[in-house]
Amino acid sequence: MSEETLLEDLLAGDHRALARVISKIEDRSPGARELVSSLYAHTGEADVVGITGSPGAGKSTLVDKLAETYRKRGETVGIIAIDPSSPYTGGAVLGDRIRMASTVGDMDVFVRSMSARGTLGGLSTATADAVKAMDAFGKDKIIIETVGAGQNEIDIVRTADTVAVLVPPGSGDDIQTLKAGILEIADVFVVNKADRDGADRTVQELREMIELGHGGGVVSSGHHGVDPSHHGGDAGGSAGDGTDLEEWLPPIVETVATTGEGVDILIEKLTAHRRYLHESGRSVEVARRRYAEEIRTLLREDVNGLLEAHLEASGGIDALADAVRTGETDPYTIADDVLEPIERCLEGKEDTSNR
Amino acid sequence: MSSEQQSIRCLVAKVGLDGHDRGAHVIARAFRDAGFEVIYSGLHNAPDEIVQAAVQEDVDVLGISILSGAHDTLVPTIMDGLAEYGAAEDTLVLVGGVVPEEDRAELKAAGVSEIFGPGTSIDETIEFVRQNVPER
Repeated sequence: MSEETLLEDLLAGDHRALARVISKIEDRSPGARELVSSLYAHTGEADVVGITGSPGAGKSTLVDKLAETYRKRGETVGIIAIDPSSPYTGGAVLGDRIRMASTVGDMDVFVRSMSARGTLGGLSTATADAVKAMDAFGKDKIIIETVGAGQNEIDIVRTADTVAVLVPPGSGDDIQTLKAGILEIADVFVVNKADRDGADRTVQELREMIELGHGGGVVSSGHHGVDPSHHGGDAGGSAGDGTDLEEWLPPIVETVATTGEGVDILIEKLTAHRRYLHESGRSVEVARRRYAEEIRTLLREDVNGLLEAHLEASGGIDALADAVRTGETDPYTIADDVLEPIERCLEGKEDTSNR
Repeated sequence: MSSEQQSIRCLVAKVGLDGHDRGAHVIARAFRDAGFEVIYSGLHNAPDEIVQAAVQEDVDVLGISILSGAHDTLVPTIMDGLAEYGAAEDTLVLVGGVVPEEDRAELKAAGVSEIFGPGTSIDETIEFVRQNVPER
């Protein structure tokens, strides 16, 4: 398989070409940027779903069942499973495949494990690019699975159109910690392991939290999302009265991923959210925000790359750090010095363009 | 613009019916600590499942752990599967486990790069991977 035909092979549905393109994206190998930019013309067809939640919440098992259900409906699936890597050795054991047994042997479910390599932010770029590769390949559904631990993971999962946050039952205190950040990114809440004690209480606590977060009194029924018929039957009606489209209240779905219970309802809610995005016009806003974020991240990395080279030229970071250590100077002065020629350069450009 | 961030990717796989995964776990951890990205397949994989994982994950190294004695049928099936996807040539395939001396030539002829029997040191295995990982 040659470099030149990689893009054509991917578009023609060659699995190995897709695998190789994702490797290039992960490795940031030469040519990867050109490859990804030529992918963009072929994207936009796939539904992208993000699944996040604490370790052991049942994400991989649920993703497996989602993939199985999508396949039964004749849709092809791409899965990006993200695991943490050691900050010391860079090594990682990626074990999500073990839980994805329902669709094993089916090449139309393309599972790719990824881990954080190198710098912060790099993984969200790599994930977004891998999603583009799977989209261009022709996958109908793309699922991004990640542990919801910090800002990095939140950035990753925001690559998706719809985000489901898994909450295991009996995690009252966890819900407290979920409040910051996770509440805002969840389009659907999933109480997995709903056959366990405490599931009802967790649903209740989540519901209270959602209602508080959305101004409390507005929500009168208190049954949002739990009733499976809510979004299924009334699409026409809600489009008519216009009020339901104003704001999306995250529904709460109860699932038992090990048996597949509740997965159909979850898919219904994911579809309902996608429909909401389109009908309310929110999808435009979401896409704009995402691309803006992608551009910013890319620029930040590029500028960083420029700076690294520049730092090498000006004696290396170690020498500069030593200068601070011995009291000769301070980090702010160094940053100003290092940036000075770049600033001058940019100003010069703006001057010429203004003429 | 950004610097390359390559990492050696390995699939550590248990094939067939044997359930002895201690060796695979030890290797997976040792590879991780050596800075590799390790995908672990879990137990009881069929050959085509391993091929699927190796192709999709685009691994540099496939380590197959077999202690059942069925290597002479399972390993060639995996190699054929890799060839079908054009992945046989640039994947370093290693076999770990109990393989009698007289079966080794046949496995190597099928495309296995090295066979590590009981008593092989972890460092030796990691060094072999570093030396022989395919250039891509």
